Amino acid sequence: MAAPDRRSEGAHDANANDAIEVRNLSKVYASQDGPVQALADLSFAIADAELVTIVGHSGCGKSTLLKIIAGLLPPSSGTVKVRGRTVAAPLSDVGMVFQRPVLLKWRTILDNVMLPIEMLHLPRADGAQRAIELLKLAGLIDFRHHYPAQLSGGMQQRAAICRALVHDPSLLLMDEPFGALDLMTREEMNFELLRIWSERRKTTVLVTHSISEAVFLADRVIVMTPRPGMVADVMEVKLPRPRLPETKLDPRFAECVRTIGRRIGLLYI
Amino acid sequence: MGLRRTDISTTTLSLLGTLALWELLVRLSGIPAFILPAPSAIFAEAATRYPLYLYNSWITFYEMVVGFLLAAVVGVLIAVVIVYSRIARNMIYPQIVVLQIVPKVAIAPLLLIWAGYGITSKVLLALLVSFFPIVVNMVTGLVEIEEELLDLCRILQSGRWQEFSKVRLPNALPYLFSSLKVASTLSVIGAVIGEFVGGAEGLGHLIIIANTELRTSMAFVSLFALSILGFVLYGLVMLAERMFMPWEKWQSAAQAAA
Repeated sequence: MAAPDRRSEGAHDANANDAIEVRNLSKVYASQDGPVQALADLSFAIADAELVTIVGHSGCGKSTLLKIIAGLLPPSSGTVKVRGRTVAAPLSDVGMVFQRPVLLKWRTILDNVMLPIEMLHLPRADGAQRAIELLKLAGLIDFRHHYPAQLSGGMQQRAAICRALVHDPSLLLMDEPFGALDLMTREEMNFELLRIWSERRKTTVLVTHSISEAVFLADRVIVMTPRPGMVADVMEVKLPRPRLPETKLDPRFAECVRTIGRRIGLLYI
Repeated sequence: MGLRRTDISTTTLSLLGTLALWELLVRLSGIPAFILPAPSAIFAEAATRYPLYLYNSWITFYEMVVGFLLAAVVGVLIAVVIVYSRIARNMIYPQIVVLQIVPKVAIAPLLLIWAGYGITSKVLLALLVSFFPIVVNMVTGLVEIEEELLDLCRILQSGRWQEFSKVRLPNALPYLFSSLKVASTLSVIGAVIGEFVGGAEGLGHLIIIANTELRTSMAFVSLFALSILGFVLYGLVMLAERMFMPWEKWQSAAQAAA
């Protein structure tokens, strides 16, 4: 079941379909106890419209990796290319979702979703239409005039996803987006995300420390080692889409989860 | 923080009880009026000479409100400059702290020399006494922002102005308003200090006269008038807070539920 790394298929070099290409990426932080190697020699590529999840222990540099892809942090060495162009500054072509919703509490949900339109000076009428469409898609249309504090954590996070998509970025980067939610809401959000993703087909990179979530959502799972973060494995998830609650009963699902668990160092029988 | 009807009635009842006890104590003990007048005598003083008290209340109110508003403007501006310029921060912040440590009562005579015995010196004192908490809180409000939000701003190519106007400034509003509440009560102190030290008008001036003439009921009426003024300004700030931050009631409700 564990599919070989795409590199071995010769897909690594200058594939026209690559939305993201990470090559020999390393990141070293300066800290009080001397330099800390967060990421070491990462290389992988992500195809257009692919949904890739990254799993690993906390502190394995997953978030750092996302930030580097978004252009929020410079790499220490190596390169990140998005659609063939080397990332050197924060990319506006990115929609970012964080662990916390970080909505502006003084704005209504609709105005929160409109923030990227305003900040990027995009046409307001088009933006408003897209915002409304996304809110409908996320089931939040009736709450568009509510303030974030009036919504549950799951609804706030759905609003944050709408905000990440409203300016129609080609990349959706999600940093443990459901980590702060309770288990039931988290399951619902997985389906929500897949539904939105299947409609919009954004290239999506989602960081999580839940192996089953990683397998359930992904086309491919990138497994990372802890400190320094390296690519331990890249697994193709050959489960049919759409993914349904029954998907988790599929023996192939269990197989995938088990393999990744072993790879990460968790002992599964 | 919602006030219930029962809260209000308990407060009113206890206030009335205190007044009744006071009245009773004065009448039974035979304390002379120049030491402690009975509430009824104070009320009579207020009723017979209300134009005097109204006029001087207006003067004091004017001084404290203008001083308070100037403090708000100056405080916010200084905070913004401090947040955005390291040089300004190093130059201004220590001096503000020193200024804050010096007792304003000690500066008051100097201010009277510089700004005269009129209203200006009182306004300046009200400003001096009340601007410090505004600066400190505003700086905190502009700086304490979730890191993810700032990342989001960078992704959205916000630039400094949009980051300030769309994120930092609204984020600072709750901090600003809580400091404005403090400042509103401080501005009363500033105005009265000014009137104590020198001048011919205002409730502080009335208290000084009342003291020299041993007209204690006059001092008490002025005192009550002062606290009413403080309450009014405080109430106005609260009203403004509700107007400018309509989301806050949901915010506090959500925090209470959490």
